[in-house]
Amino acid sequence: MISIVTQPESPVHHYLESLDELLGGKASRVAELRVRAMDRFVSLGFPSMKNEDWHYTSVAPVATRVFNRSPSAAPGAALDVAPMLFGAPTWPRLVFVDGWFAPELSHVADRPGVRVSTLAALLADGDSPDVGRLGEIANHDTAAFTALNTALMQDGAVISIGAGVEVDVPIHLLFISTGPEALSASFPRNLLVLERSAKATVIESYAGVGDETYLTVPVTEISLGDGARLEHIKVQNETAGAFHVGTVQARQERDSELHSFSYAAGAELSRTNIYTLLDGPGSSCTMNGMYMVSGLQHVDHQTRIEHAQPNTTSREVYKGILDGHSHGVFNGKVYVRPEAQKTDGKQSNNNLLLSQHARVDTKPQLEIFADDVKCTHGATIGRLDEVALFYMKSRGLDAEQARTLLIYAFAAEVLEEIPVKAVRDALEAAVFARVRGEQLQVAGD
Amino acid sequence: MLEIKGLRANIGDNEILKGLDLTVKDGEVHAVMGPNGSGKSTLAQVIAGHPAYQVTAGSVTYDGVNLLDMEPEERAQAGIFLAFQYPVEIPGVTNAYFLRSAYNAVRKARGEDEVDPLEFLDVMEEKMKLVDMDPSMLNRSVNAGFSGGEKKRNEIVQLAVLNPKLAILDETDSGLDIDALRIVADGVNKLRGPDKSAIVVTHYQRLLNYIVPDYVHVLAGGRIVRSGGKELAIELEEHGYDWIQTHAPEGAGAARG
Repeated sequence: MISIVTQPESPVHHYLESLDELLGGKASRVAELRVRAMDRFVSLGFPSMKNEDWHYTSVAPVATRVFNRSPSAAPGAALDVAPMLFGAPTWPRLVFVDGWFAPELSHVADRPGVRVSTLAALLADGDSPDVGRLGEIANHDTAAFTALNTALMQDGAVISIGAGVEVDVPIHLLFISTGPEALSASFPRNLLVLERSAKATVIESYAGVGDETYLTVPVTEISLGDGARLEHIKVQNETAGAFHVGTVQARQERDSELHSFSYAAGAELSRTNIYTLLDGPGSSCTMNGMYMVSGLQHVDHQTRIEHAQPNTTSREVYKGILDGHSHGVFNGKVYVRPEAQKTDGKQSNNNLLLSQHARVDTKPQLEIFADDVKCTHGATIGRLDEVALFYMKSRGLDAEQARTLLIYAFAAEVLEEIPVKAVRDALEAAVFARVRGEQLQVAGD
Repeated sequence: MLEIKGLRANIGDNEILKGLDLTVKDGEVHAVMGPNGSGKSTLAQVIAGHPAYQVTAGSVTYDGVNLLDMEPEERAQAGIFLAFQYPVEIPGVTNAYFLRSAYNAVRKARGEDEVDPLEFLDVMEEKMKLVDMDPSMLNRSVNAGFSGGEKKRNEIVQLAVLNPKLAILDETDSGLDIDALRIVADGVNKLRGPDKSAIVVTHYQRLLNYIVPDYVHVLAGGRIVRSGGKELAIELEEHGYDWIQTHAPEGAGAARG
């Protein structure tokens, strides 16, 4: 059935073999989708830095290694998930371990109008018409990692919220990688569908245990019906040796609202794509985020907001705190299509460099094809303000207090946009801890 | 309280203070006046410990200890306060949090207990009345979006909260209208006491109508060229700074008139 040709020794060929095992020669709608996606992945290959979308990020550490898809559900009962949770323990949560649903760590109470299932359950019936929804929004024609995910996707959350239903507690999707063997990989795939006027908050977080090198390539597709509103918070706290290349991609109908927050502090190399298509008049999005890295970490965010209809609004603030020899990348694209008159877009990216060796490449991009729009963008890269530090010290604060407070203040402006207090508090605490940790290292030199 | 001898200070390769002497005793208020570029603000910043200035010669002794060996925060904790000419905006840090952190840092250094947010509110309420400051300002970011007058008043609120032994006001009057000036001066006057001293740096005599100094010094070219009582400020106002240059008496540079 597969007639794709690759170099036998290449990692790309390896993923093709994984697909072969996965399909086991059976034909179905899912199999067709997987094969189409793998075909695209093989043609595209891993992106090189010549690719404009990957100009500042080398995926060589991923492209030159052979990662093995975790073949089956690992027992998760022994895992202590408490430190990875936010808010009340009663909040509905779906936990996935090495890419597979872990029912013993999860609990979801039945709620009227809310359907919660797993991708594995959906795929078990390979010819289910629901399979047709996969890939409708997260297009893999030009996105190699989305293509790879689509070809090898194993499990994830499938959540559908009925018209007019408001879910009053956050739903937490927790993905834990344990590195069951060296160089394992998971390809989580989530589908969030909010029907007309539905409202929900979804936290999607990634964490790891152990010190094996692993790869996570998640894709989340979001469909927002007329007037629907989703708060989506992504938290990337992978372990130090991990690689994470994730995509969140949404399509929004009339008057819908997407509020996205992306936090990235983990992984050796991470790339987060947050994309939305404002496909109905009056739809709007806020895309906020923060990245905080040190050592040799590399963190990359690419956002894309496509204004496709009139009277659409976008607001975007991303902030970065970079220490050590870390490297941050921000690429924020805002497209305004010719029919998207009265678009109102604002975008900014501010970076704080805490060391001489940290580096940031920031590239806000506006492409406007309509003539009656209001769009602004800007980017800054700076260091801690020496005058402000002196001002604070002249009031009696010691150097560490002054520094911590200034860094915290920088982060707070965007963290306070997080709608879930428990997450906001946890991330604020993480900023404090990171800043103090770095301070101790400096003091210990 | 403060004894400055032969102080020379640079910013970059530029020497600003060129052998300055000044002695301030307990309870005294000294005005330091002078034309632009004479080194007034540099003097204020050097006493507070601004890292951009290098002291190349001379000594500054505060309560018998070498002030120049101390970090800016140690100076603050020891009771020195500089009201900035250009107060710094710190977006994202509320006045309440900043002031309480400062208050507790100073209390801790004095061996006193730190206060919690509720206790601190009581302290603040009283201090804010001193300069007629709206309590809502406590929840605003430090100086962010404040008008010039609000920023200067905020400096005086900080002064009142930290209750220093030696206050240095660096052109606190510049940019204030007469009402704001009166409010700020009243605030400062209420904080005067027998064991408290102040150095009031100003370009204009106007402020000294409200904060009456014990001594007035004229700074020019990085040195004190003339010292006298409060009447010296009035003479200066009448004749301008050029008059000093041509009427500098013998022995100029001495600290006391």
